[in-house]
Amino acid sequence: MTVSALLSQLLQVAIALALAPLLVGWVNQCRAWLQNKSAPSLFLPYRMIRKLFMKDAVVAASASPIFRITPYIVFGAMCCAAAIVPSLATDLPFARAADAIALVGLFALARVFIALAAMDIGTSFGSLGARREMFIGFLAEPALLMVLFTASLISGSTSLPEIVDTLAHRELAIYPSLALAGVAFTMVSLAENARIPIDNPATHLELTMIHEAMILEYSARHLALIEWASALKLFNYSCIGLAIFFPFGIAAGSDSWLAILGALPALVAKLLAGGFALALIETLSAKLRIFRAPEFLGTAFLLAVLAMLVNLLLGS
Amino acid sequence: MPTDLVTLTIVAVVAWLGIGAIGLARPRSLPFVSRVLFPAGAGVGLALAIVAFIAIGQPPQTLVLPLGLPDLPFHLRLDSLSAFFLLLLGAAAAAISFFSAGYFRSSEGTPPGLICFQYHAFLASMVMVLVADDAYAFMVAWESMALSSFFLVTTEHRIAAIQRAGFLYLLIAHVGAIGILLCFGVLQGGSGDYTFAGMRAMELKGAWPSIAFFLALFGFGAKAGLLPLHVWLPEAHPAAPSPVSALMSGVMLKTAIYGLLRVSFDLLHVQLWWWGVIALTLGLVTALFGVIFAAAQTDMKRLLAYSSIENIGIIVAGIGLTILFKAYGKIPFAAIALTAVLYHALNHAFFKSLLFLATGSVLHATKERSLGKLGGLIHRMPWVAWLALVGTLAIAGLPPLNGFVSEWLLLQAFLFTPSLPQSFVNMLVPVAAAALVLAAALAAYVMVKFYGVIFLGQPREANLAYAHDAGRFEKAGLVWLAAGCIVLGLFPVHVIALIEPVNAMLIGSTTGGAFSGNWLLLAPVSADRSSYSPVIVLVVIAVVVLLTIQVVHRFYHGRVRPAPPWDCGFPLQTPRMQDTAEGFGQPIRQVFEPFFRMERHLPSPFDAEPRYSVKADDHFWHWLYLPIVTAADFVGRLVGRIQQGRISVYLMYSFFTLLALLFFVR
Repeated sequence: MTVSALLSQLLQVAIALALAPLLVGWVNQCRAWLQNKSAPSLFLPYRMIRKLFMKDAVVAASASPIFRITPYIVFGAMCCAAAIVPSLATDLPFARAADAIALVGLFALARVFIALAAMDIGTSFGSLGARREMFIGFLAEPALLMVLFTASLISGSTSLPEIVDTLAHRELAIYPSLALAGVAFTMVSLAENARIPIDNPATHLELTMIHEAMILEYSARHLALIEWASALKLFNYSCIGLAIFFPFGIAAGSDSWLAILGALPALVAKLLAGGFALALIETLSAKLRIFRAPEFLGTAFLLAVLAMLVNLLLGS
Repeated sequence: MPTDLVTLTIVAVVAWLGIGAIGLARPRSLPFVSRVLFPAGAGVGLALAIVAFIAIGQPPQTLVLPLGLPDLPFHLRLDSLSAFFLLLLGAAAAAISFFSAGYFRSSEGTPPGLICFQYHAFLASMVMVLVADDAYAFMVAWESMALSSFFLVTTEHRIAAIQRAGFLYLLIAHVGAIGILLCFGVLQGGSGDYTFAGMRAMELKGAWPSIAFFLALFGFGAKAGLLPLHVWLPEAHPAAPSPVSALMSGVMLKTAIYGLLRVSFDLLHVQLWWWGVIALTLGLVTALFGVIFAAAQTDMKRLLAYSSIENIGIIVAGIGLTILFKAYGKIPFAAIALTAVLYHALNHAFFKSLLFLATGSVLHATKERSLGKLGGLIHRMPWVAWLALVGTLAIAGLPPLNGFVSEWLLLQAFLFTPSLPQSFVNMLVPVAAAALVLAAALAAYVMVKFYGVIFLGQPREANLAYAHDAGRFEKAGLVWLAAGCIVLGLFPVHVIALIEPVNAMLIGSTTGGAFSGNWLLLAPVSADRSSYSPVIVLVVIAVVVLLTIQVVHRFYHGRVRPAPPWDCGFPLQTPRMQDTAEGFGQPIRQVFEPFFRMERHLPSPFDAEPRYSVKADDHFWHWLYLPIVTAADFVGRLVGRIQQGRISVYLMYSFFTLLALLFFVR
């Protein structure tokens, strides 16, 4: 591991940290356009984070240290994930530290901590949110792993850089297994990032909240970190999807910072398209009742298993 | 220098029995038993772990003890497999004994000295199970283990529910023992040679290997808690004192895994692929069943008992996968699957013992086992709460702790299955991997429920305000186990180096040199295929956390203001309004409704005092056990009909018997 490789790695994380709120802003803006509303500024999420950092924090009297340490741990886990996901380059030093399965484990770590923090205060909202989040999580996590398994069966490796390298060097065609896996991945990403049809990021209507119910007690810098981490999570999921299903323009076999900056325009273009697609899905669908969520995620799970079977049967 | 390690092991057995005997001599002296004998037992456990640690890499050592039947003395053998499980036993027992030193109090039940004897006899018999090298010694040790643990389960023997739980445990232990006995009968193959060496040399023909394997799966499965013989676990664990639960769940279940491995890979000379399929299916069904039931529990120890069923299911599924690979000659992959099995067994010994001991501390502090009456204990019992958090994260399979490593290895092993030649088995694998991942994800749900309801939130009862933290000895035991979870999670390459001799012995191959490349990076087969480095993950997260805290506190030092939690405009919030254990399990009950036998009592709209109750029961009681009970009852009544209680009738029976015999002999 050379110093320049380490610097490239830090650069990728820094770009992820910087771009993540922008992606959220872009999705919000697209959604506003599609819904015929006047759009907020693209940079609103940055201002929001800045404002939250400036404020005094209010912490419930019954909070334990778990409540206060959780935003940092969630933020740390998401930064670690951002270092591992091959968003800009495939040959970075930390990519070997965790493969696809460990990446899912990292997301699970963040989820468990945020659920524990939600239960920590002891209000009915917090535990309701925690319960629902874990409920969605236990359905979404297997589906996500099955999608990643399909990709790793194709490439014969669970290491994300290898998967991306293999998939990027195939001829351009629609592979049935990857198509199924792609649909499943989209569904899982919607659920995991608290998007419509599972959750609505824009509401504080109590009956429908999941993610917002869990972080109801957070304020100021803790909330800022949580919001930033959520943005980073959306960014990470988008990058995983883009890397597996549209693996073009990622710097392969190089760890210089120039290569990373060279891959940046392609990533931004893909994210713009992906963000627009996300806004479109959110505009076109309605939120499901919480007990319809198992059907939605069960479908994703079955699609992913089907993708794996198709891959084994047809070899593609 | 080949020291006589097997003799040292026997010295440990004798030491434990000696400690137990001293306890018998002073049965009512609690301070002596708890301050002297239990710590001494812990020391023996530690010594045993060290001996086993050395023995893992050594060639097998044997010893013949002049005990037992006249022409069948006790054969003992210490090989890599025995040594690995002895290491597990010694390391876990050291912590549990330390904890026990602070745990046992005077009570209505068994006096402390007698508990001390039973406890150490239990430990000693488990060692004997692991080193026995003939069927007779094995069965003697196996039965002593069952008996001593039965008496430990029924420590509070004046309570009727505990008597029932103990009886159920003893019954199923013996049903299982019959299976094991018959299995050894098949394995000796008519030679009359009951030593394991003789069985190894025996090459069984035809269906006999399969019969032996399934008898072993049945017998050891009953002890391990495989479906449908799992019913004793959720009854016995809440009944037993917490250190005993920890020992039974953390260690004794592993002796069953040891037995299954010993029979399938060491004593049997052949493994067939369809055994693997059946073990894999059975294991996965058990795992899913266990975790779904764990999610619905409201008693913290029952919840952990069901979680043990889940973990045993995962281990047996791994054994099935190993058999599958071995049968098709994919030896290196079999080695990875077996590594996952042994790793998970070791992990489970640590985190499950830790959690059971933590429930023991909670039980002592609050006198309460029901999750619905706990809550907020992290403020009152910070030591127990933070150490239990380590166990919770580990058992939920989260990086960088130990539960994740073994699950990761098992999933890696699953990803090799497309290389199997049989396409039917190939099709099975996605489903199997999906079931395993689902069980692992549900385990996280269960553990969030477990931890959140007990330790977080606000106390649900007023008397929880008087809860006290664990004592010195209890803390020491918990710290040891939590440290074990962290070390096993962070240094997988070193742990796998320990497992390699066992792989070499059972599979005939190690996982290859790929593990030994870089101590930071766990990479079975090759780094291009898959790699995982818990240390790097931990360091990255820790650095980001510390850096963020530094930056936030340097540049944005806004004050932190404590305030009451936001009440949503409804000022009458009480701790009773928090989510209950039933509430937390409700989504799982709803999604997996067919798994449960649900009895609901809904109030009518006109009830003045409406009551709602729901009872989620196990189908197997009604499908399997109650019919057996009814049948036994019926047969008993039929037999009872010929018992008239008058001597003339019995004389008549004798007379007719004689007549019949004369008729035959003629």
